[in-house]
Amino acid sequence: MEVLEEGKGQLVGWHDPDDARDWVLQNKSRELKDKTMSAAEAVRRFVSDGFFVASGGFGHVRISMAIIYEIIRQRKRNLIMAGKTGVHDMDMLVCSGCVNRAEVAYAFGYELRGLSPASRRKVECGDCKVVAETSNGSYQWRFLAGMMGLPFIPSRNLLGTDTIKHSSCKVVRDPFSGKPINLIPAAYPDVAFIHVHRCDIYGNAQIDSTVVEDIELSRCARRLIVTTEKIIDSELIRKEPWKTKIPFFVVDAVVEVPYGSHPCEMPGMYYYDEEHIAEWLALAGTPEGAQQYLQKYVFGVDSFEDYLKLSGGSKKLNYLKRREFFREPMKAPWRKKGQ
Amino acid sequence: MPLKGTVDGRYNLREYLAFIGASVLENGKSVFVGTGLPIIAAMLAQKTHARDLLIIFEAGGIGPILPELPVSVGESRTYHRGVAASSMHDVMSLAQAGYVDYGFLGAAQMDMYGNINTTAIGNYDLPTARLPGSGGANDVASFSQRLITIIANQSKRTFSSKVDFLTTPGYLDGPGSREKNGLARGSGPYRVITQLGVYGFDDRTKRLKLASLHPGITIEEVKENSGFEIIVPEKIRKSPEPTAEHLRILRDEIDPAGIVLGK
Repeated sequence: MEVLEEGKGQLVGWHDPDDARDWVLQNKSRELKDKTMSAAEAVRRFVSDGFFVASGGFGHVRISMAIIYEIIRQRKRNLIMAGKTGVHDMDMLVCSGCVNRAEVAYAFGYELRGLSPASRRKVECGDCKVVAETSNGSYQWRFLAGMMGLPFIPSRNLLGTDTIKHSSCKVVRDPFSGKPINLIPAAYPDVAFIHVHRCDIYGNAQIDSTVVEDIELSRCARRLIVTTEKIIDSELIRKEPWKTKIPFFVVDAVVEVPYGSHPCEMPGMYYYDEEHIAEWLALAGTPEGAQQYLQKYVFGVDSFEDYLKLSGGSKKLNYLKRREFFREPMKAPWRKKGQ
Repeated sequence: MPLKGTVDGRYNLREYLAFIGASVLENGKSVFVGTGLPIIAAMLAQKTHARDLLIIFEAGGIGPILPELPVSVGESRTYHRGVAASSMHDVMSLAQAGYVDYGFLGAAQMDMYGNINTTAIGNYDLPTARLPGSGGANDVASFSQRLITIIANQSKRTFSSKVDFLTTPGYLDGPGSREKNGLARGSGPYRVITQLGVYGFDDRTKRLKLASLHPGITIEEVKENSGFEIIVPEKIRKSPEPTAEHLRILRDEIDPAGIVLGK
């Protein structure tokens, strides 16, 4: 095939398909065993310095905050992160110094709430390096290629732009149509963490919302930590197997964390804690403020339960449940006056 | 910034941009929407002239009846009473295969071919400002048949002769350039909405062309606030104005807290 253009971005987390397959054959157990453990143990066992990490959900929707806080608490360093729809998940890991390199589809922003002062500062001063650019669709297809055990997925995006010049993609002439086509390389994160509505002790997981790209990510990641709102009896999984979005044999750890997406949304359960996010965004304006936040909510607490108590406890959590179902009005305490 | 010439101050700039955005959308078509004003425009269209507008979100929300303004294009509101809560792979694939008529985005900087920058301002390696990057924008602009973009603050800086970083494709280098690079045949930018007017693209040159002027805005202001030459046709329409009902829906139903539209 004629190669027409090659992106100069770093090829992050790609493996030869035979090597990727061998790794799975040698390392992923098919044994139906109890994988429940604490967040601290899951991070100790499956997250190492220098790893390529990916967060499930959608940046600030259905994310695994207990694992993110634990990575910060255990002071993991030199991580490279998939900025696949990075919002609060990525902001926390970048501002804390755990992640110092990123491949970016979307990062350093909070969607409607604006930009993220803390992680932008890290990029603008060079502490966090963007090693490649891509798009959300392309990142998801990196995971799809990995899930399929293929070296790449062809696609008709990124073409003709600076995004592709700074990506790890290659443009070739498609032998069927004769037209240029973008080849998106596979990605195999060293570890991914995905938060789900419920799963059994083996890791068979149900997700009651859009899956975003978690079907693909759960299967291409070498190690997968699943955090869950609730652990349920495996018989309930087997009674309705069509509900299983992630099967046990791709899962390495199961951690039960009620309200585990806080301060972000868990669809159908609780909405964003906008007051908490506003507190963070206000403090994030200065390096000292960001440190103060981490000290209070991450280093200053021993467990996710304590963190939830510190964040307003059951009164706050009940409010967030009502808010998810429109029983409370929308609030935007992060909104700047005169905006 | 107040919109000059608004009828006795009935509405502010953001409300007007949302209304104009809605007016571009058609009933019975599908639209891929980005965060903020594009969502508000799609919501207003759905509540007025386009009840069967098929709204699609990149994270997998398909065909919602939007109950309130979503903070994220991936949250539960994006499939409230929808027809499917699916996946990114599903909606991106559907878009690539031709099921999406309109893409609707916001942008930080644009050139005369409708190419968009949302990655970095200044030098890429040491940016003056690091922006969030493509997100789904490159996908939306590559896969949707027609792209609508809102730039709320048209100026010499935001309408630039050259974008600092070409994140998302417009017509790239001009006529035939999208096809030459492998993008879908016949796809491309369709409308650009700013505080001054609505623009289309010239069929022959694929360059930005004025379509309508907002109330009280002059052609001189359009030209002054651009870093490149805008094609000005002989006949220019006047942009429509919202009714009291449009404004009521925006204020009472869509954004009562004034998060995007202001108070």
